[in-house]
Amino acid sequence: MLKLIETPPKPTRRETLFLLLVSCLWAAALLFIDPALARAEADALAEAANQLKTAPMAELEQAIGRLAKINDPRVPGLFKALRDGRLFYVKASGRMVLADPKDDGYALADALSGEALGETGRFDVKKIPVNNALRNVLGVAIAQLELNAPDARQRLRAVESIGQNLNADSAALLRRQAEQETDAAVREAIAVALALADLAGTDKSSRLKAIQTLEGSLNQEARNRLANLQEKTDEGGFVEPDSDIRNHAAAALKQIEIKLELNHLGETLFFGLSLGAVLVLSAIGLAITFGVMGVINMAHGELMMLGAYTTYVVQTLMPGHIDGSLFVAVPAAFVIAGLVGIAIERGIIRFLYGRPLETLLATFGLSLFLQQTVRSIFSPLNRSVSTPSWMSGSLEINSALSLTLNRFYITLFSLLVFLALLAILKRTRLGLEVRAVSQNRAMAKAMGIRTDWVDAMTFGLGSGIAGVAGVALSQLTNVGPNLGQAYIVDSFMVVVFGGVGNLWGTLVGGLALGVADKILEPYAGTVLAKILMLVFIILFIQKRPRGLFPQKGRAAEA
Amino acid sequence: MNRLIKTLRSVGAVTALTVLTGLAATPAQAEDTIKVGILHSLSGTMAISETTLKDTMLMLIEAQNKKGGLLGKKLEPVVVDPASNWPLFAEKARELLQKQKVAAIFGCWTSVSRKSVLPVVEELNGLLFYPVQYEGEESSKNVFYTGAAPNQQAIPAVDYLMNDLKVKRWVLAGTDYVYPRTTNKILEAYLKSKGVKPADIMINYTPFGHSDWQSIVADIKKFGSTGKKTAVVSTINGDANVPFYKELGNQGITADKLPVVAFSVGEEELSGIDTKPLVGHLAAWNYFMSVDTQENAAFIKQWQAFIKNPKRVTNDPMEAHYIGFNMWVKAVEKAGTTDTDAVAKALIGVEFPNLTGGVAKMNKAHHLSKPVLIGEIQEDGQFQTVWQTKGLVDGDAWSDFLPESKPIIADWTPPINCGNYNTKTKKCSGQKY
Repeated sequence: MLKLIETPPKPTRRETLFLLLVSCLWAAALLFIDPALARAEADALAEAANQLKTAPMAELEQAIGRLAKINDPRVPGLFKALRDGRLFYVKASGRMVLADPKDDGYALADALSGEALGETGRFDVKKIPVNNALRNVLGVAIAQLELNAPDARQRLRAVESIGQNLNADSAALLRRQAEQETDAAVREAIAVALALADLAGTDKSSRLKAIQTLEGSLNQEARNRLANLQEKTDEGGFVEPDSDIRNHAAAALKQIEIKLELNHLGETLFFGLSLGAVLVLSAIGLAITFGVMGVINMAHGELMMLGAYTTYVVQTLMPGHIDGSLFVAVPAAFVIAGLVGIAIERGIIRFLYGRPLETLLATFGLSLFLQQTVRSIFSPLNRSVSTPSWMSGSLEINSALSLTLNRFYITLFSLLVFLALLAILKRTRLGLEVRAVSQNRAMAKAMGIRTDWVDAMTFGLGSGIAGVAGVALSQLTNVGPNLGQAYIVDSFMVVVFGGVGNLWGTLVGGLALGVADKILEPYAGTVLAKILMLVFIILFIQKRPRGLFPQKGRAAEA
Repeated sequence: MNRLIKTLRSVGAVTALTVLTGLAATPAQAEDTIKVGILHSLSGTMAISETTLKDTMLMLIEAQNKKGGLLGKKLEPVVVDPASNWPLFAEKARELLQKQKVAAIFGCWTSVSRKSVLPVVEELNGLLFYPVQYEGEESSKNVFYTGAAPNQQAIPAVDYLMNDLKVKRWVLAGTDYVYPRTTNKILEAYLKSKGVKPADIMINYTPFGHSDWQSIVADIKKFGSTGKKTAVVSTINGDANVPFYKELGNQGITADKLPVVAFSVGEEELSGIDTKPLVGHLAAWNYFMSVDTQENAAFIKQWQAFIKNPKRVTNDPMEAHYIGFNMWVKAVEKAGTTDTDAVAKALIGVEFPNLTGGVAKMNKAHHLSKPVLIGEIQEDGQFQTVWQTKGLVDGDAWSDFLPESKPIIADWTPPINCGNYNTKTKKCSGQKY
């Protein structure tokens, strides 16, 4: 420390003069030449950034505020890294770095220049912590900085973020942006945000105009503000004294409500279809083994569980390629679950054909066995399966309706699996043989079909599909030893409801049950909705014991 | 296999000891070990949480034996597996007490398993240490509650949301069984006492292992879109949390806009989850692995060495067992015997340091005093403490916010000696607990 405050040796007069001249030149250069100025700013940036790591939690907000004032293209990146928990500093040197987990440590890059700095151990760097309050501050700061981003979507998000907590400063910022904005969607968002600001003002004509702008807007804030205008105070009078404004607002609100209601309907339909798709996916394997072969396979859920664990293993084997992992996991799960299925058929079920009760007990025992095996190998704890980036988030249709991507893709996937299975059964030789054996075993045998082999293949196919369903489920629920149990009852329900032995029945039955469940849920609650569904199915089976689409003809008698 | 070797080893040790001491000792001292019952599910749904507690107990017993055992005798763990089957819990407890004659039982996780064991330990006069946060409204002479009562977890968490995050609208979401239902009843009464309007409270129950959260999350989103700050108080149990948080993330609900504070999500549960969608959401516990104290560092080190996995996490119920076991040891030493009545009497007032700071004290209602911590979930599955109570909070068996249990207290010291004494009528109600 002493060394630092030691005074430098006194310069001679000539040196002083020289220094003076140089500093004058510097000052001139600073005024006229941009790069030098930029360098000074960059230093300020580095200094302000460094404060992030020393500031205690309570003062981080001010440090962020200082950084936000510096006009530098790197600031938004820095903020985003901080918000996402990627901003670290090296304990030894104090250098600010961006760190991404790699193997057991981190891959580092300089926080400001982006220059790669190689890898480091887990304990050599320390994260700069953020909490919810700071994330909020960062969100607003990033939005303000991104208002002039080249990407229109980024600008749109920025406008929405600013609009949520608008003050005089940011309103002025938006007005300026409105003048130069080219993208229509962004312009509209700005108009709504500004209308909200006007609505809070005192000038009547501009408030009425604001209400007009807000008419039909699906913006959440717009709806709330219009609704607030209708509220009454505790004394019974209206909060808003001007009845003209109140009435206009009420009319605008009504329009918004109708629009929202329609969107809500669309949302419920999507929820129902996606739930139905999951039901179809988990039941369709069973539709083969139970529906076509007539085997009550209680271990069907465990085959799905195997598929889900396959996803986990695949992701563990290829840690750097989460996005692509599912494309490997689907065929892998099909093969593994299929092989296990064939083994089950050859090892147990073929001795029990025609004895449903014994089959039920044996496969139930098998399901417990599979669960405990997985528990022993992978531990009883759930395993963490990551969601690929293309499956997280949602597809925004408008600000009131967005479809979650994972459900969306799984619905598509479910239909795809259904069509593929249908094609196999209707268009391939295996499918032909399967149908022949299931319709009349003795006759098929007489025609030279190896029924043993067909049985094994059919069961393998059904099991493989269960494995594929497991991959999809790993994206929705926990991957643990009990995964299968949660779906086995639902699967049987769908197959029985749809009509045993009919794939179309499974599809329609699954989707119908899904939609009905989601329509009931808001009124009856989750638990009661499920009970009502069960009661409905029991009554339905009483009336039509063979399900929605019963098999007709002689095959049905067999 | 390991367990078999361990049992063989302990049998070997016992025989050796018997031979050695048998020469000098009188026949009256034939009992050479003190048996400790461990009643945690090792298979079935609850195995995910309870297996860890079994291992924790084995570690604590092993450490105690290294220190020379208890009252000059070695401790012998007796592990049974009630297989997540509630009636089986009662059977196994009976087996432990009648056949194995254990001095104390450490066990149970779900409230329903505790309720099933309760009549057995009372009938056979055993000791049960229950390590999990629970709904309160109970105090048995034979049970010591080392987990949090509602006033040590739920109420402080709500206070934090109300005062620090200025939350005005509340979603109480829970799994449909006794703990969430009772906790939400208490919370609803508490919120109403703080002037929250019924229209600003939304209550939702889902079955165990619920996985399709689409419409519930959409409802929560709608409920939270009125412009008033909204928070979710979650008593959702176990597995169902993962799809719930995933759905929140996918529907764009982030912690800074609509925080979720959970009472059943700990480090152990987070280790099986892709934590990205959870970052910033909250949890309330009495213990976090990330708390920086010397005792905690030593405990983590001991645990990871015992389980031979440097990545294994510690959690709140583990701390509860750690405190409970050490208190039991102290009480047995104080009483000089393992006799249930003597130990139960000695346990009241016993003190032992918490891993998170402060000293836990067993109070007259058989509950502990603990600090309450609120933490934000981090990307690495750990919690960052964002708030904590100033001092320790004393566990209260009967909630002061339910009108019917307000006048009731539990006091297991004379002259009251009752688990549900009504201070108004001055009567101990006939119920056993």
